[in-house]
Amino acid sequence: MSEGHSTYTPKTGIERWFDARMPLPRLIYDSFVAYPVPRNLNYMWTFGGILSIMLVAQILTGIVLAMHYASDTNLAFDSVEKIMRDVNSGWLLRYLHSNGASFFFVAVYIHIFRGLFYGSYKAPRELLWILGCIIYLLMMATGFMGYVLPWGQMSFWGATVITGFFSAIPLVGDWIQQLLLGGFAVDNPTLNRFFALHYLLPFMIAGVVVLHIWALHVVGQSNPTGIEVKSKTDTVAFTPYATIKDAFGMIVFLFIFAYFVFYLPNYLGHPDNYTVANPLKTPAHIVPEWYFLPFYAILRAITFNVGPINSKLGGVLCMFGAIAMLFLVPWLDTSKVRSAVYRPWYKVFFWLFVADAILLGWLGSQPAEGSYVFMAQMATLFYFAFFLVVMPVLGLIETPRRLPNSITEAVLEKNKGGGGHPAGATAAPETKG
Amino acid sequence: MKKILTSLALLGLVVAGTWMSSAVAIAEEEQNPAAPTHFPINEPKEMSWSFAGPFGTYDKAQLQRGLKVYKEVCSACHSMNLVAFRTLEGLGYSEAQIKTLAAEYTIHDGPNDAGDMFDRPGKPSDHFPAPFPNEQAAASANGGAAPPDMSLLAKARGVERGFPRFVFDIFTQYAQGGPDYIHSLLTGYDQTPPAGMAIPEGTHYNPYFLSGVSLKMPKPLSDGQVTYDDGSPQTVDQYARDVSAFLMWAAEPHLEERKKTGFRVLVFLLLFGALVYMTKRRVWADVAH
Repeated sequence: MSEGHSTYTPKTGIERWFDARMPLPRLIYDSFVAYPVPRNLNYMWTFGGILSIMLVAQILTGIVLAMHYASDTNLAFDSVEKIMRDVNSGWLLRYLHSNGASFFFVAVYIHIFRGLFYGSYKAPRELLWILGCIIYLLMMATGFMGYVLPWGQMSFWGATVITGFFSAIPLVGDWIQQLLLGGFAVDNPTLNRFFALHYLLPFMIAGVVVLHIWALHVVGQSNPTGIEVKSKTDTVAFTPYATIKDAFGMIVFLFIFAYFVFYLPNYLGHPDNYTVANPLKTPAHIVPEWYFLPFYAILRAITFNVGPINSKLGGVLCMFGAIAMLFLVPWLDTSKVRSAVYRPWYKVFFWLFVADAILLGWLGSQPAEGSYVFMAQMATLFYFAFFLVVMPVLGLIETPRRLPNSITEAVLEKNKGGGGHPAGATAAPETKG
Repeated sequence: MKKILTSLALLGLVVAGTWMSSAVAIAEEEQNPAAPTHFPINEPKEMSWSFAGPFGTYDKAQLQRGLKVYKEVCSACHSMNLVAFRTLEGLGYSEAQIKTLAAEYTIHDGPNDAGDMFDRPGKPSDHFPAPFPNEQAAASANGGAAPPDMSLLAKARGVERGFPRFVFDIFTQYAQGGPDYIHSLLTGYDQTPPAGMAIPEGTHYNPYFLSGVSLKMPKPLSDGQVTYDDGSPQTVDQYARDVSAFLMWAAEPHLEERKKTGFRVLVFLLLFGALVYMTKRRVWADVAH
């Protein structure tokens, strides 16, 4: 979709002056005004913008929180409470930041599932997809370390459990774990390095986001039909069309976010984290933040040894493997058709996969005992089967539905069924997207 | 092709069915009443709190009664390190009243210019002094378990809600798990344990306790123990309600401001969203999409 040449014409003297020296206004104009986007994008395509504002919001609230926070095991818990009680609007900043992390993950999960449904990872968007996976990995590291900072019981024990994974790696495991912890157990050096990294990683995310957007602007956006843009009639200008639609998507998202921040600020947290960390007192159930629960369930599902791999290492391998699957998706999917809209069977398996991921999340929050273990094993099996069996095999045996010739044709076909409405104007919001 | 896929889908259904039935099996697993494995034995009773819901506010008279219960009963063993006297403004006290209240306490301060530690009357900027000098002293005076600090207790306790209630909680805005738990625990003493249940020496049976059949804390409240001067009933139930509400305030002093701000934010987003949506419709009106 990148047209290769710019349509920007500087109108004022200042614009001409800048354009001759550093064409920043031209870059902004080409990227956010004239940039052509497919005309049929639905609201699932607003999550990129939503994620951008969440990242900015997290960085802004985080920087102010850091001004009041003390990364010392004797001070951290009380410094967070001082923010909650005495800092002007401190409670708001802190609830925005802690719930912001959760909603950042809500948005990124919708964004990832959007990509899986519409085949957004397929050529030529593999690199775009992988950059997204890297952002997701960085987000997980940032979220995990951020949860340790308030130095509550779950902070401490979550950090103990998660850093313990690394000791399962043969030969170098203990060394890696000690490097992460800065000692033999979670303590002051751990808190300090986690704080330093928690402050650093968001800026690394911002850097990869720039690459992600760059790659996007080279290959252009995919769209619900999965058919590439073929002519100018397939697209509309980013401004005003995409900007106004993104703005509406953002407001709806912010509404739900605000509902949690102001009315249920501790709903997504764990009560134990309001008790200061105590290395001598293990909580009854150690659970990570909700956005890690599916992976936590996979980790604990491996209760058996396989040859030289013991259950602990097996669990860690499966957990990291579950994330690694995402990186391989562009090459695991053999289908020539991108969008699940035209893939009747992939669509079924996609929704089964969504259900499976939610089931794994719920299992991750339950104690690993009784039939929960068997359920987690079955759910883990399906998780991997989706990537390693369904994706490659379905692409070869599935008969896709007839594809329209172009985005414009698809749009016109859809609106024909609308029954005499002026094109698009009064169609139901969900169908007009 | 279609056959293969249909059978695959059927297989999926069968597997899903197995999961479901095993889940039901877990739920139906009979608990031996004398040796329960999941705690609390009884779920906390859901009370009606003035601070619940989108327009919830603290009942200041109730908070003042709760403070009285804390001062006369709980504070003998429980610290409240994070709460400063000056913040008692939130209970409706005037500056002068807070000064008087703070001065009732003796604060260990120092060192002074001569290098000595000294005792002085409390000031509004002081925090509630702890009943024990350190955690070890608190533990040894209380049978080995240090009574938890009460500043955050109402947010640090909560019984897992379980599926599907945790979904409904989003819409009902249920966020009172802490005070519900504290109230139930305080009113849950004096019950006879089921026959055959072993209650460890020096502990007290309470079916509402979160992590076992019994706890070290003996029944702290009894009828008529604290004198109320506003005519409220002087019963254990009323004391428990009042102190739970007070502890919610102690844990979340900015709750009212939070909910008030939230309402404004949501109304703004609703109106702004409606305007942006109408603009969006207008912009896209001539483009089929």
